[in-house]
Amino acid sequence: MSAERIATDVPARADIVVIGGGPAGLAAATEAARRGAAVVLLDEQPALGGQVYRAVEANRARGKTLDADYAEGGRLVDAFRASGALAIHEASVWLVEPDGTVGFSRAGAATLMKAERVIVATGAVERAMPIPGWTLPGVMTVGAAQILLKTAGLVPQGRVWIAGSGPLLRLYAVQALAAGGQLAGIIDTTPPGNRRAALRHMGGAMGALGELRKGLAWTQAIRQAGVPWITGAHDLRAEADDDGALGTISFTADGARRSEPADTLLLHNGVVPNVQITRALDIEHDWNQTQRAFRPRCDAWGSTSVPAVMIAGDGAGIVGAAASAIAGRLAALESLRALGRLDQAARDDAAAPLRRALARALAIRPFLDALFAPSPEYLVPAGETIVCRCEEVTASALRQAVSLGCLGPNQLKSFTRCGMGPCQGRICGLTVAEVIASARGASVADVGYYRLRFPIKPLTLGELAAVHAPADPTAPR
Amino acid sequence: MSAAGYDAIVIGGGLHGLSVALHLARRRKRVIVLERRYAGRHSSGINAGGVRRLGRDIREIALSVIAMEMWHSIESLVGDDCGFVAGGQVKVAESDADMAKLARREAEVRALGYDHEELVDQAELRRIVPAIAEHCVGALVSRTDGAADPYRTTTAFRRAAVAAGAEIREDDGVTGLERANDLWQVTCASGTIEAPAVVNCAGAWATRIAAMVGETIPCGVKASMMIVTERMPTFVEPTVGATSRSLSFKQTAAGTVVIGGGHQGRCDVAAERSVVDFGNLAHAARIATELFPVMRGVRIVRTWCGIEARTADEIPFIGPSAVAPGLFHSFGYSGHGFQLAPAAGAALAGLIATGSTNLPIAPFGVTRTSAAAVR
Repeated sequence: MSAERIATDVPARADIVVIGGGPAGLAAATEAARRGAAVVLLDEQPALGGQVYRAVEANRARGKTLDADYAEGGRLVDAFRASGALAIHEASVWLVEPDGTVGFSRAGAATLMKAERVIVATGAVERAMPIPGWTLPGVMTVGAAQILLKTAGLVPQGRVWIAGSGPLLRLYAVQALAAGGQLAGIIDTTPPGNRRAALRHMGGAMGALGELRKGLAWTQAIRQAGVPWITGAHDLRAEADDDGALGTISFTADGARRSEPADTLLLHNGVVPNVQITRALDIEHDWNQTQRAFRPRCDAWGSTSVPAVMIAGDGAGIVGAAASAIAGRLAALESLRALGRLDQAARDDAAAPLRRALARALAIRPFLDALFAPSPEYLVPAGETIVCRCEEVTASALRQAVSLGCLGPNQLKSFTRCGMGPCQGRICGLTVAEVIASARGASVADVGYYRLRFPIKPLTLGELAAVHAPADPTAPR
Repeated sequence: MSAAGYDAIVIGGGLHGLSVALHLARRRKRVIVLERRYAGRHSSGINAGGVRRLGRDIREIALSVIAMEMWHSIESLVGDDCGFVAGGQVKVAESDADMAKLARREAEVRALGYDHEELVDQAELRRIVPAIAEHCVGALVSRTDGAADPYRTTTAFRRAAVAAGAEIREDDGVTGLERANDLWQVTCASGTIEAPAVVNCAGAWATRIAAMVGETIPCGVKASMMIVTERMPTFVEPTVGATSRSLSFKQTAAGTVVIGGGHQGRCDVAAERSVVDFGNLAHAARIATELFPVMRGVRIVRTWCGIEARTADEIPFIGPSAVAPGLFHSFGYSGHGFQLAPAAGAALAGLIATGSTNLPIAPFGVTRTSAAAVR
């Protein structure tokens, strides 16, 4: 049985283990390996690139480009390949211990690897968009649809609606159209007031004209394709047809209720830091009211309260691909200093131009954060909308628990089993915090988040049973 | 009643402290529980919930049998069923040598006059645990043992204690203990309170309380790890353990499977923190999947561990201090104190209220020689 295979073809230890093969992870691993460290990059995906540059090498080989930015992904991967760092693909990391031990599974075999430093570059995850009917077959996230597009060139057939808010929604629409897809329409739930709020940050954003132009070009491409774009939509619902799958969507726009036949509904409500590892390590997290998400507390290098663990990229707060790659390099420089491979002056010299580049890359962020601030309607779902998919717990059940005295997400488990299913709150965590905060009239910061525990990824008993712990992790390489 | 208003001060708001408080309050004694964090913070709220007589140390059986009678009417004691289900406890034999060992054990227990442990053959084992691996040849079973929900039990004992008049003060750790004028003065974060009797139910931290009166009690700590899996269709009713290997395996009412058995995590007693050691936890997973092959592909959803006291001979200290009159100890349950809690609390309450108890706690004296070595 494959579950009992033991992975023996990977090193038992490394100077630096980087988790995640997106821009932050690639850049961190490249910087560290170039400067002589033994680096292992563990990536959950079959190919390098992360979400944003997913399958970049394969698509380049096929002569395809999904958009101009994608070329940058290719450059990052090329630099990584030349650096001497080792990439281990399809490695699902389920454990990071404070001493630098990393547990991961690959093809049903689990391994423990010991690193001097761990750079967590696990990026962002899509914020859940719980609407009535979001668990129906036929409803999925824009991110999931984009994975199908990038890895298999697939676009959904039939009447495809995209709903929600955020840059990825537009980008996907452009990519799907370019790949020959048809879109029935885009239902834009961005609150109408966001545009005005964003204009106040226009000055800073002018430093990132390229980014602004890119966004405008996406919008133009969608309009030119004749895709209906409904703005200011609210009260979005997905309804089942007779066979139990998605059949209809309905929403209110311009004061009128509309109902449309639908075969596929793609939802997107922005992205938030992936905090699975940092939470399970009990690193402090701070609430970011603008991005409406928790982010792990770290310094300007990405150092956390756990000395062996650093964090880089969107996982430390949403910054985008370009800033993430720079943050990865900064984390690598500090890791090398901590390992004694680089003195402080050399680290700072190398970091100085990176910090200037980082400031430029971040210039557009306040504008984007304001423009795509999520609609409160989808942060705090109403009534019988399911919040926890695994245990099928509704928003009203959460409110009922609060009325019985439940103060936070962890207590909620005893009340409702919310967050106790296989996903361990990965999907519902922020929604639960928002609903409890709203019901209590408290801030999300005070309500807090689930106490997460390893394993943070599905790990079978069979895999754990066959864990291959290196016999002597302290033996010299 | 003392001038200070309390007859007894219980140190530690775990299940044992709450049980002592409940029984004292029912005897109309004024009792306060001082808890450093919150009630059920450590082992009490997160243990495996086994309610087991099966396989107990011979010295524990008498108290365990009485406790089991209390469990079977737990609702009348605390006003809640505590999630207790008498699904049975099974200790499987994986070899003929195991079977011989279990046969000797059954005879030994029967010779003492107890009949709750019953040796069964392979066919009967298959009947009661259909999913058990084929190599298992038989088992020792205790059919009316079972399991309860630990957090719910701790909460029920707490509610019942409060309803009976006990006071529970959380976030209030004890920092000093002194005897003056036949009264204990207990210093805690909120001030000093007095009572003629103090009960030390501080678990892994109980030796520190004893040390405050100059009493040295040899006792170590343990941090047993647990695994809970995703939900499965109901496939096993009793709690299952093994004869020569460490395992506790049980399916909850929700369908999840809870796996333990005393595999040790890492703990920092001073920091009150314990962490799972996955290299070690792999042993628990290995034993569980070997005894229940159906579990191989089942996903783990959570792992955890909790800190508690462990004595050299793995049975608790229950009884008066050897050096300080009016001080009583109840700790060192070594990973199997959950089931004993209703009876141990009753015994101590009797001892404190009347000076004696007819409950069988004689084997648990703090000066017994078998507990002399720390492990």
